[in-house]
Amino acid sequence: MSVLIDRDTRVLVQGITGHQGTTHTRQMKAFGTQVVAGVTPGKGGSEVEGVPVFDSVREAVERTQANASCIFVPAPWAKDALIEAVDAGIRLCTVVTEHIPFHDMLVMYHYARGKGTRIIGPNCPGIAAPGKSKIGIIPNLVFRPGRVGVISRSGTLTYEIVNGIKEHGLGQSTCIGLGGDPVVGTSFVDALPLFEADPETDLLVMVGEIGGTAEEDGAEYIKHHFTKPVVAYIAGRSAPPGKRMGHAGAIITRGKGTAETKVAALEAAGARVARFPYEVPDLVAEVLATLGRR
Amino acid sequence: MVKLAEWRGKEVFRKYGVPLPRGAVARSAEEAEALVRSGQVPLPCVVKAQVLAGGRGKGGAVKFAETPEKARAAATSILGLEFKGEKVKELLLEEKLALGRELYLSITLDRARRLPILIASGRGGVEIESVDDTEIDRQPVDPFPGLTSYEKRRAAHVLGLSGETAKALDRLLDALWKAFNAEDAELIEINPLAIVGNGLVALDAKVIIEDDAAFRHPEYADIRDDRTPLEEIAREKEIAFVQLDGNIGVIANGAGLTMATLDVLKEFGGNPGVFLDLGGTDDPKKVTEAFLLMAQAKPKVVFLNIFGGVTKCDTVANGLVAAMQQVPPSDRFPLVARIRGNNEKEGTEILRAAGVVAVPSLKESAQAAVAAAGRSP
Repeated sequence: MSVLIDRDTRVLVQGITGHQGTTHTRQMKAFGTQVVAGVTPGKGGSEVEGVPVFDSVREAVERTQANASCIFVPAPWAKDALIEAVDAGIRLCTVVTEHIPFHDMLVMYHYARGKGTRIIGPNCPGIAAPGKSKIGIIPNLVFRPGRVGVISRSGTLTYEIVNGIKEHGLGQSTCIGLGGDPVVGTSFVDALPLFEADPETDLLVMVGEIGGTAEEDGAEYIKHHFTKPVVAYIAGRSAPPGKRMGHAGAIITRGKGTAETKVAALEAAGARVARFPYEVPDLVAEVLATLGRR
Repeated sequence: MVKLAEWRGKEVFRKYGVPLPRGAVARSAEEAEALVRSGQVPLPCVVKAQVLAGGRGKGGAVKFAETPEKARAAATSILGLEFKGEKVKELLLEEKLALGRELYLSITLDRARRLPILIASGRGGVEIESVDDTEIDRQPVDPFPGLTSYEKRRAAHVLGLSGETAKALDRLLDALWKAFNAEDAELIEINPLAIVGNGLVALDAKVIIEDDAAFRHPEYADIRDDRTPLEEIAREKEIAFVQLDGNIGVIANGAGLTMATLDVLKEFGGNPGVFLDLGGTDDPKKVTEAFLLMAQAKPKVVFLNIFGGVTKCDTVANGLVAAMQQVPPSDRFPLVARIRGNNEKEGTEILRAAGVVAVPSLKESAQAAVAAAGRSP
């Protein structure tokens, strides 16, 4: 199968009756995702986009055998929503919600991990395997089935790059948007082994940005354990130090976490690093050509 | 980030039982003198500027006084100072203690480990950045058991504390850990933490509260960060807006794409000055507000780079056209747009009909924006 999700993935949308939940349920269904249930406490018995709504995750799972959740619940209640999903036995939770306090996310991450649940996000665009399934909010139009894997810390920049790959006549195996918050459920290091093991991925594109050391840690993993070719892009080379650029992840910390340290680490690990987003598709095509694959 | 001034950080410390010198806040020289005369602040005392930047001691923003007159003089010289761009409006007066060794302690987030981390060093009183790594101890703390006895014993050992002082550290660490969690802190730092007799006293306090937790901390709502007035308005409208020197205004959606846009503009010799991140929106009014905010920053040219997902390109285009009509002709500036993704055809048509240069390629549109900034007077 593709990475983490497949045609058989049965998706539950938490916060389905909200504007975002409804819009993206429609988009996910159009992509081919099996959206089997929605949950909004107090709205059980209703329907959204033809999807039955339940009052609790447990009830939704019992009735529909949902096995993955997509969380749109607003930040103050997101922690409880995630814990409810974990307790109901959901083992893959994609958290789209932004502005979740990192203290809450620490609890969410360690609780989920203890029960064997993987979190993607928060503040993330989600995961998509073209032709199979999508959980989250990445626009459908950027995808085309293919053999390029994508892991990214960004939102719209991911769309930009994935779309560039499509316009170059290539396609994607699975794309994961990790989210840009200080604490994320799945990091580059967590996602890399999944793509290494995925027989449908020939090459991996890694999109990072300044702040934190997730890219450097990913590079270290690539150096020792990742055998497929990697093309990378790091946003924020020209960013002024110390100024916030939108989310908490994008703060330059001293010594580490700059574009230079990230690019250097990735190059030392054998990755080809694009200087601009529009160079990524060309580099991907070039590397695939040397593999004899297109 | 909500950065608390020292005195406010110390209010937090007091709430959780961290030992502090006796002291009080003054906002005028008269008030400073009165605090000393009344005995609220014992002599000799230290008079400290309440600014967020570090290095106050060397910068003349901390002074000592042995008499009420000298306290007043110290207050007069510090008040009104401009310290690293920040005007001094408040002073903290505290008793001067007979200090033993000075230590360093902090709790912050270790992103890579996804755990809070307790940092301790026997080399306090200097910038921790300048301390050798071998003299800094880092202990990740799991939030589920919380801070445990063995971790506190280790900190005492690292700091060279025993007996009553080690017990004081144990209590102090419990207080800090509680404060870190209950106040939703990004950072709680004591530097220096001084040994006074058998006990410990926090001579300074650095507390940063996380922005995303603001909804459960109305008590910090009045604290303004180092934002410009326009940045403040943007914050109220939930638009990410950063103002620096430069003449190209950039409107993009998403932090990553905004940064990538700046990278490309710089590559072609552009000088982006104001960045505005629309985030995900399908409300044309928000686009109009954002554009009008941008107009107030008076850029030479505005470069719009949108990849439409949640945000639809025609929504952005309509919001933009509405905004342009509200800007008086004398204040108008050239606009270069690149909008891709959801409904890009409709969006491009709307913009072109309004006379905006709309180019699909990021490279070419960035070049066009840089060229337009060069032509603009």
